[in-house]
Amino acid sequence: MKNFNLRDFGAGIWERANRPQRVAIAITSIALISLLPFAGGSFLATPIAAYDAVLVYPVAIFVLMSLGLNIVVGKSGMLDLGYVAFFAIGAYTMGFLGIHTSLNTWEIMPIGIGLAMLAGVLLGIPTLRLRGDYLAIVTLGFGEIIRIVALNVSWTNGPNGISGVPMPPDLGPIKFRLEDQKGFYWIVLVMILLTIWMIRRLSVRRPGRAWEAIRQDEDAAELMGVPTLKYKIWSFTLGAAVGGAAGVLYASKNLFIAPEMFTLNVSILILACVVFGGIGNIWGVIIGGVVLGYLPDRIRFISDARLLVFGLVLVVVMNFRPDGLLPRKKREKAIVKKGVDA
Amino acid sequence: MGTFGAIVASRDLFKYTQTSDPVTGPKLALVLFVQLFASMAFAGLVAVLVEFVAYRRLRARGTNRLATLISAIGMSMVLSEVMRLLTASRPVGSPRILEKVILTEIWGAQIRLDTLITILAAGAIFIILERFVKLSRMGKAIRAVSMNEDAAKLMGINLNRVITVTFLVGGLATGAAAFFYVTVYEYTKFNIGFTMGLAAFTAAVLGGIGNIRGAFFGGVALGLAEVYAAAILGTQWKSVTIFVILVLVLLFKPSGLFGEAVTQTRA
Repeated sequence: MKNFNLRDFGAGIWERANRPQRVAIAITSIALISLLPFAGGSFLATPIAAYDAVLVYPVAIFVLMSLGLNIVVGKSGMLDLGYVAFFAIGAYTMGFLGIHTSLNTWEIMPIGIGLAMLAGVLLGIPTLRLRGDYLAIVTLGFGEIIRIVALNVSWTNGPNGISGVPMPPDLGPIKFRLEDQKGFYWIVLVMILLTIWMIRRLSVRRPGRAWEAIRQDEDAAELMGVPTLKYKIWSFTLGAAVGGAAGVLYASKNLFIAPEMFTLNVSILILACVVFGGIGNIWGVIIGGVVLGYLPDRIRFISDARLLVFGLVLVVVMNFRPDGLLPRKKREKAIVKKGVDA
Repeated sequence: MGTFGAIVASRDLFKYTQTSDPVTGPKLALVLFVQLFASMAFAGLVAVLVEFVAYRRLRARGTNRLATLISAIGMSMVLSEVMRLLTASRPVGSPRILEKVILTEIWGAQIRLDTLITILAAGAIFIILERFVKLSRMGKAIRAVSMNEDAAKLMGINLNRVITVTFLVGGLATGAAAFFYVTVYEYTKFNIGFTMGLAAFTAAVLGGIGNIRGAFFGGVALGLAEVYAAAILGTQWKSVTIFVILVLVLLFKPSGLFGEAVTQTRA
């Protein structure tokens, strides 16, 4: 077991494949995954919540957010405990504009993403000089501030939240209905694919290399001439963009948003997805999002104890696989100075 | 950061066991002491247990800090869920242990017996902890480990033992805090520790991590800021004010009010 590494095994298959084979693998897996909502009758079905709804939220949206948070925590190594803020900003943009203007979800999407990115920059400029625990507590505070503002200002309708958020208009054959959520699933899937594509492209280019350097040793990176603050803000902002997009879709899917949906717990849960699946590795993070999104609903039959079981799973898995279910490649691991943050 | 989960969790537990003790009679002082002792002992025990289950194995493997954090979060979920199931999610009231006698008034502020005792106790615990870390052999070892684990090991310090003791002390202090909380507020709930753990962490950062004096003044400053913010801006803006203060402090004095000179984190 010790020498078997699922990540390298999977990467091995991919690297040995030639181009047509790769295309074939990619297309089959995407096809299989997009057919998932039809598997509701099988053992995958969730006992209480509607299966296709669970696939959208939490599963797919968790995966999307985990990918976004992974840019910040996994790629550039900054501990962000306030990721929910960007999700909330996206959701409230959708809620507010959806109610008060005639814009539809697809038109609001870029505005939501833009506002989340703006918040990322505004938060990033003063706080990204901090590191580690200090950054964690400041981002955590930011998440709480956004929630409390939503709770207390009048245009968000306070604790009552915004109800009657409009559904997205149909996109050709893809329909969005309350009772049939496959459309939402496919749309989130498309966004996930776009995010994966973006991360993979960036990883091999200048920003990706800069993040890698920052993660391994920020001081060394700075000395080598990497403009660390600039790339940290970039990483933060891109993560925020993904979170904002997830928020817009969530609000439009849920039709109702309220401040208590955006608590610190969401940030922690998403962070748990990232670390649990395998921090820094896209595929690991996706698995983390799927497992932690799906598990609580799958084991709902033990309803009262499900969070207990969930906690136990976290402890056990982290103890036996501290790098996550599907860890990043060995060569990508930071050369960790003991006692200093990785 | 590491103890965060443990503190939150043991605090949850704490308040509960506490309240289940039978109460009062003429030997009030004795009862109080027994309760205080029981609550400290139990919290200490839980903290040590948490360290053993959630941290030790990970530390032995020398893995990243985030894995430990998630493990701790999992552990705190387990503990608070256990308490939730045991109490059926309901708040648990505690019988009145200390009569709320008003001793005297100073400039219109009432000095009540229970709050006075709590304040004095906080001072006492602060002094004891400060002395312990500064003067005792174990305290010296704790400081050495916090500076550099490897060097401490080379100097013959038993790392596991030091960390266990640190957790134990953290648990004891939390247990004591829980006891005073319950004597003053007379109720508890399974998730009450979460916000308090958060406040404790904020106070520690505000004062400067790794510094007991800083933590003490950080706690006092945070408490005062909270009260004034609530009075001036309204209760709903209380936590916003706190976090804004925190951000400002960290911006201009990144190591906290009384912090060490390093901006980098330590695990």
